[in-house]
Amino acid sequence: MSTFEVRDLVKEFRLREKGGRRRLRAVDGVSFDLSAGSTVALVGESGSGKSTLARMLARLLPPSSGEVRVDGRVVGTGRGATRGYRGDVQMVFQDPFASLNPFHTVGHHLSRPLRLHGGRLTSSELNERVERLLERVALVPPDRVVGKQPHELSGGQRQRVAIARALAPGPRVLLADEPVSMLDVSVRLDILNLMDRLKAEEDLAVLYITHDLATARHFSERVLVMYRGQVVERGDSDDVILRPRHPYTRLLRSAAPDPGGSDPLTVPVEPASTEVPAGDQGCPFRARCPHAMSVCSRRPPEFPVGDGHLTSCWLYESSTEENT
Amino acid sequence: MNTQPTFSERWSPVLTVRGLSVDYEADRPVHAVREVDLALGRGEILGLAGESGCGKSTLAYAVNRLLRPPAHVVGGEVVFHHADGAETDVFALDGEQLRRFRWNRLAMVFQGAMNALNPVLTVRAQLEDVIRAHEPATDRRERGRRCAELLELVGVDPRRLDSYPHELSGGMRQRVMIAMALVLRPDVLFMDEPTTALDVVVQREILAEITRLRAELGFAVVFITHDMSLLLEISDRIAIMYAGRVVEEGGTERLRRTPLHPYTLGLLRSFPSLTGDPTGLHGIPGRTPDLAESLDRCAFAERCPYRREVCDGEQPPLVAHPDSPAGADGRAACHAHDPSRYGTAPPESLLRGEFRPIEESEVIR
Repeated sequence: MSTFEVRDLVKEFRLREKGGRRRLRAVDGVSFDLSAGSTVALVGESGSGKSTLARMLARLLPPSSGEVRVDGRVVGTGRGATRGYRGDVQMVFQDPFASLNPFHTVGHHLSRPLRLHGGRLTSSELNERVERLLERVALVPPDRVVGKQPHELSGGQRQRVAIARALAPGPRVLLADEPVSMLDVSVRLDILNLMDRLKAEEDLAVLYITHDLATARHFSERVLVMYRGQVVERGDSDDVILRPRHPYTRLLRSAAPDPGGSDPLTVPVEPASTEVPAGDQGCPFRARCPHAMSVCSRRPPEFPVGDGHLTSCWLYESSTEENT
Repeated sequence: MNTQPTFSERWSPVLTVRGLSVDYEADRPVHAVREVDLALGRGEILGLAGESGCGKSTLAYAVNRLLRPPAHVVGGEVVFHHADGAETDVFALDGEQLRRFRWNRLAMVFQGAMNALNPVLTVRAQLEDVIRAHEPATDRRERGRRCAELLELVGVDPRRLDSYPHELSGGMRQRVMIAMALVLRPDVLFMDEPTTALDVVVQREILAEITRLRAELGFAVVFITHDMSLLLEISDRIAIMYAGRVVEEGGTERLRRTPLHPYTLGLLRSFPSLTGDPTGLHGIPGRTPDLAESLDRCAFAERCPYRREVCDGEQPPLVAHPDSPAGADGRAACHAHDPSRYGTAPPESLLRGEFRPIEESEVIR
């Protein structure tokens, strides 16, 4: 069952430059589904459009076109509709030092969304709900945590508060934009384990946005690889990360450190990048691609390369017949 | 895997740090670096790893004589060994001597180097400035030639000399920073998180560049980062810092295969392998101790699954453990490998490399 469907989402920014205006397609026709009890990892480098996508999904940024459906229904854009949407879809931000208000206690951070989305609650009900939230993110003992201010907590503890706050409205979809990249290395896995446990226990649909291939593989069921606003490869995590097909995914994979692996320190061969003209309709990676062909000036559709494994690359055009 | 040559046969020190301690002056002084002993071999890449606040950057700043108040060295010495056998006491240098020594012998590539270039000066102006300051006798043509050569050395088109930093990509700016550090051909290069802000493909290019330049020019590198997976690939030797101390040190392969200190183990387990088995991935719950404390115990004890009574009563010394699986390779500050203190032989699970956190929840005190 698909809880959450994203269809052809586009975000265009207008840039003013020397000699006129230009449009930048930060997100260029992205579609995918999230389903309950499952994590999708969205992988890409800086500038790939993954954060712009997350901001659109969190309704912090209006899309230029495309739609988002929750349980098969397109959600309206009015205030009421947005509030209802936010009851279903919540976001965890990258920097827990910036996403929590330094003046407010943990209790305040958690009781506000409970009041906004939870209807009328007596203060004892409210306190009980706040304590339950803290237990769910394993911040104990709750009665001691509620009175703390963000500066009294470590980065990992703050991120747990941010996750608890996101859980407060009872969402079914959790968007996590680089949730551990600002944290100390020793606590990153604990936060990812926590999100993994919540996904399973509470049947959450999770979008895990990251640049780290290793945790993308270990903490998701499916992976989407984004390059310049487009999804260039998607499939089961092990298929995409261990057996990448798109030249860009392969480049990322060969550049990722893998101390347990057997590859020596090599540099992926990459031809000098040539500028792709604005409004270009071709494959976004062709300027850097070692396999670029004339057909690449047309935008590749997604070709199947395995069970549920798709890639937008003309190299796999013929595999359509072979592999299906 | 590490394909660099090992330096064990012809290892000779280029820099020796003995008993170095650094405090940040405050109402309660913060002991950021505590009695650190460390040696760097000529031409060696030493990885210095640890989490934020462990003292790794402070250590680098102290060795380079770049500390500013309220930070100051409260003990220890740093000795630079010249190729001819002569020695320089780094802390005894002052004024003109210090100016001549720094950049010439020890150079540093700073954290956030992408923003460390002056935005209103061209690359040429910034590179020439170094030459002009340190080798005033060089004429204009010679300076220009050297600058072009340097950019070529780090893989940047010399036509970029007249570019401003904002006209360069992040990777190119990082290469220019490395070129600046190499202007005077130093013997030791300190690199403080040199690739953290870069995308993974660019990061890999910079790492390969560093290993290539090291092989070509023969300088030693102290590579500082929290990213263990990077260090395992680039370093010959690794030192792990925790709460101001070096808690383990040894050859990269040995450290990866048989880490002795539970913190090293936890840190290694915090980086899941890209291709490996995903089971048993844990972080290290808890937080680092208050650095204003004097710590007459093991600083890692409260986060350590192998803690015993002795760990709370005595500071473990950083020593070799010849009977451990590590043999003579490196040192570790952990009571568990000293049966006379620990009471028994080291736990099997520790030797197997298991790190099971003592607490699944975050307990707030």
